[in-house]
Amino acid sequence: MNDIMRTLLWLPVQASTFASKVDNLHYFVITVTMVASIATGLLAFYFFFKYRERRKAQSTPLVLPSVKFEIVVIGVPLFFFLLWFVQGFKDYVWYTSPPKNAMDVYVMGKKWMWKFAYGSQGPNAIGTLHVPEGRPVRLLMTSRDVIHSFYVPDFRIKQDLLPGRYTETWFEATKAGRYQILCAEYCGTWHSQMWGEIVVMPAQEFDNWLVEQRRGLSERVDTSTDDGDNFHGSIVEYGKKIAMSEGCVKCHSFDGEPHIGPTWLDLYQRRETLETGETIIADEAYLTDSMIDPRAKIVKGYKPVMPTYKGRLAAPEAAALVEFIKSLRSESLENVPSKEAIYEPVKRR
Amino acid sequence: MSQSSDAEAAPVYPAVNYLNADRGVWSWLSTLDHKRIALMYLVSVLFFFLIGGIFAMAIRLELLTPGPTIMSANTYNRMFTLHGVVMIFMFMIPAIPGVFGNFCLPLMLGAKDVAFPRLNLLSLYLYWTGSLLAVTAMAMGGLDTGWTFYAPYSTTTPTTVFPALLGVFILGFSSILTGLNFIVTIHTMRAPGLGWMRLQLFVWGIYATSIIQVLATPVIGLTVMLVGIERIGGFGLFDPTKGGDPVLFQHMFWFYSHPAVYIMVLPSMAVVSDAIAAFSRKNIFGYKMIAYSSLGIAFVGFFAWGHHMFVSGQSPFDNGAFAAISMLVGVFTAIKVFNWVGTLYRGAIAVTAPFVYICGFLFFIVFGGMTGIAVATVSLDVHWHDTYFVVAHFHFIMVGAVIMGFLIALHYWFPKMFGKKYNEGWGMVAASFIVLGFIATFIPQFLAGNAGMPRRYYMYPERFEALNVASTAGASLLAIGFVIVLIYLIYALVRGPIAGDNPWDSGGIEWMTTSPPPKENFHETPIIDRDPHSYQKRGEEVEHVVI
Amino acid sequence: MSSSDAHALSPAHEADRQRHLAHHFDTMDTQEYAVRLAMWLFLGTEVLLFAGLFLGYTVYRHFYHETFHEASRTLSIVLGTTNTIVLITSSLTVALAYWAVKTGKNGLGAFLLVVTILCACGFLVIKGFEYHHKFEEGMLPGQFYHYAEITGPGANLYFTIYFLTTGLHAFHVIVGMSVLIWVLARLLKGHFSPGYYYPVELGALYWHLVDLVWIFLFPLLYLI
Repeated sequence: MNDIMRTLLWLPVQASTFASKVDNLHYFVITVTMVASIATGLLAFYFFFKYRERRKAQSTPLVLPSVKFEIVVIGVPLFFFLLWFVQGFKDYVWYTSPPKNAMDVYVMGKKWMWKFAYGSQGPNAIGTLHVPEGRPVRLLMTSRDVIHSFYVPDFRIKQDLLPGRYTETWFEATKAGRYQILCAEYCGTWHSQMWGEIVVMPAQEFDNWLVEQRRGLSERVDTSTDDGDNFHGSIVEYGKKIAMSEGCVKCHSFDGEPHIGPTWLDLYQRRETLETGETIIADEAYLTDSMIDPRAKIVKGYKPVMPTYKGRLAAPEAAALVEFIKSLRSESLENVPSKEAIYEPVKRR
Repeated sequence: MSQSSDAEAAPVYPAVNYLNADRGVWSWLSTLDHKRIALMYLVSVLFFFLIGGIFAMAIRLELLTPGPTIMSANTYNRMFTLHGVVMIFMFMIPAIPGVFGNFCLPLMLGAKDVAFPRLNLLSLYLYWTGSLLAVTAMAMGGLDTGWTFYAPYSTTTPTTVFPALLGVFILGFSSILTGLNFIVTIHTMRAPGLGWMRLQLFVWGIYATSIIQVLATPVIGLTVMLVGIERIGGFGLFDPTKGGDPVLFQHMFWFYSHPAVYIMVLPSMAVVSDAIAAFSRKNIFGYKMIAYSSLGIAFVGFFAWGHHMFVSGQSPFDNGAFAAISMLVGVFTAIKVFNWVGTLYRGAIAVTAPFVYICGFLFFIVFGGMTGIAVATVSLDVHWHDTYFVVAHFHFIMVGAVIMGFLIALHYWFPKMFGKKYNEGWGMVAASFIVLGFIATFIPQFLAGNAGMPRRYYMYPERFEALNVASTAGASLLAIGFVIVLIYLIYALVRGPIAGDNPWDSGGIEWMTTSPPPKENFHETPIIDRDPHSYQKRGEEVEHVVI
Repeated sequence: MSSSDAHALSPAHEADRQRHLAHHFDTMDTQEYAVRLAMWLFLGTEVLLFAGLFLGYTVYRHFYHETFHEASRTLSIVLGTTNTIVLITSSLTVALAYWAVKTGKNGLGAFLLVVTILCACGFLVIKGFEYHHKFEEGMLPGQFYHYAEITGPGANLYFTIYFLTTGLHAFHVIVGMSVLIWVLARLLKGHFSPGYYYPVELGALYWHLVDLVWIFLFPLLYLI
């Protein structure tokens, strides 16, 4: 029964302890809504035909409500509405009361990514949140810039992230799997791409994973694409890994595709015109400077939205990134000019 | 007062009426005649409805595919912002009061004009000025904040926001002055014999709307001013880096914007009340209930704003209080629905285009209203907030109730305003397109919200594609319906048959004068000796039925 | 402000009164009632306009209690009290001006209006001194704040609210003053009489609102 209703209503899977509470009340409310509205529409339609004007200047009776009718008409809707209010508020209070044994995860939202941290011991992650199945998790959330909203449809949870404040929400996942996180408060150009993923692992597996993560470097960076071990490979591959995990790829493409920031394909040694009109060559110094102080020299046609990585990239990591960028060369010998940015140029305020 | 006693005689079009009493463009631009002001509002709001509609079609076209379709992300963000700003501030809020309130209110009171005709003209000019500023913002590249202007995004985005804020501020002034004018008119300019309990229900609805306009609009004025000052001056109340609270913006914004939705829907309900009685040729089932419920909505509606902020970080106590109050507002609407249906019962219903709209309206107001109750249920709103469920809910009310109401008003009072009749056949065809197209557009959006699709999404996960395609298809039907209406109404203006004073045989006082009316409204002050919604013939034995 | 005692008017004054009947109103009684109702509604909207700022003040005072208290110490109670006395006096003079015109004493009325307007100017001058002092000390709103003595959180917000509220109020003082100057001009041209004086009444009402807002602002900003 639950599955029939869920499918009819296009509701996603119920993957948290809150989800079935929400859905049950939902079914009740929406069924009464559909019945009442269709009944009203059909009744009006029926009256339209049954009581249509048959003679010109036909007379009509004086129809008035009795006091009893008025009381019923006020009482019945009020009863339903208050019933739903009470049940909904009860469920809501349950939703805002994280259990005392909930594991805390810190969530930081910024345009246009989610960052997660498991307390001071880490690990940290961008975009992917690993959690255990069957154990409550509390999210302590804040925003670095504008209001965002952490929404997991499969869990039926949502909570705004505010700059300058901490907000909290919690959930207990009931089924292992991968569930999408969507930003649900408009936050600018890539609001609709500010997605993430919750990976729910069986409890034991999660415990193992956490221990693995904490072993080794005190600051670990996690992506959903690799196994989190010590990095083996060339400096260029290391640079690519960092580019993915630090979120560079959100704004800079590797293949020439125009995006929020200049593409990295053929960027090294490219002659670029800055906003100020002067021309520079994108050499190692410029690339490194751009990571530390991105607003200083902005290429013409791009917005000053790149965050600084000062303090977030160790020197070897910055060097690896530069090497990676240097490796991105297209086959043609001539310089491929920067393509037009997709969006309108920066307007002065 | 009996119905038109010359029902058999040929309808007459008065040679001299308010349309041709004075000639020349300047006579229109400097007019003090509320009827001419109403027509200028009509042309303006229809123009902005078209603009807002174009933005809507752009949005729906872009959403045909999960990835980029016809525009960039930044352009899309401007599209939905401008769709909201134009539709809400330049159409929904001013339309029914500005057009039909202005035209009909003095007529329904047996008065020569509104209380302050010059203030009325000023309202129109302020409307034009505010709208022009918003258009300027569009021409300068447009803004991408969403019509809700949430801080700190709105205070920091580099798009062109300030002219739009100033435009909204000035449009607010227009709204306040109109509301003020109407309140004083209703209090002071009723014809002899026209007590409060004899007023047509359209008047009650406009009265309740005007109270909200006067009390709530100053708050949005201040709020947008504060955002503008923060953008221009770099100081303000909402910047978290300076200790400000973005949630304070939300409180101030929604304190107006929730009552604002009642500014939009109350006039539409007011129209339906009048039209249902007229087209059923029957008394209003529960007159006092409908009248008082309008006041109830206006009053209680002021205390419900926090239901837009359930996941904003507001305390659970606040959430509970706002939820409970929101439930109360729903009851008032339920009362109206029962009374409207009761008015149809044992009526003598005329088969006309407005009636198709009325059927649609009744379905939409119950469905839209009850999905409103659903999102007011706090635990459910956690899932639905900022998803397409909410978008569908408010479009059910904004389009399903308000625009249906606007169309009912347009068709019902078309003969009164222009003295011509439109073609009922085409009217019903268009109404069917609109009602069915509307259902096809917005029901998929409820489902998309259930599935988890957030609002203001330029790109979306693929699993939402089918619903979006369905919605866009429905929107095309809706658009076709509107275009058909425009065509046959313009045709009727130019070549339609003469309507005569009272083609509907309606009991409303506005029908006691010629169609179109003379400049001074009535050739002689009407004496009101009966209830305008009563259709009993004098001396006739009337059957009394009590339910 | 009650409606005029129509039966107490002399025939000349009654004729003057009827001369102002607009074409769409049935009687002067109705017109005067309508105009007064409109004015009170408009004053209601002004109250709501300021309400948002008072709300902001309340919220941030709650958040930053100590800093707000400290910052309000920097305001001069002497100047604030003087301004309050000036404004209350001007309310008195404008009310007396209304009474004077209503009872046919146009000369006295004009004089009292002039005093009111001068009080308004005085208010603005004193405000100017206060603002100047703040500019010098760096007690400025938002990003411009650089007063070294108070560095707690919310200090810049206090002055943001100070400038926004007193600024909006000063704007209304200027508007009110302009209205009174216009009323004075009409009075000097002989437009008003005991039969027709409600523009003076409305201008005085507006001035009372301006005063009332200050009466709330003063204790909130200066005294607590």
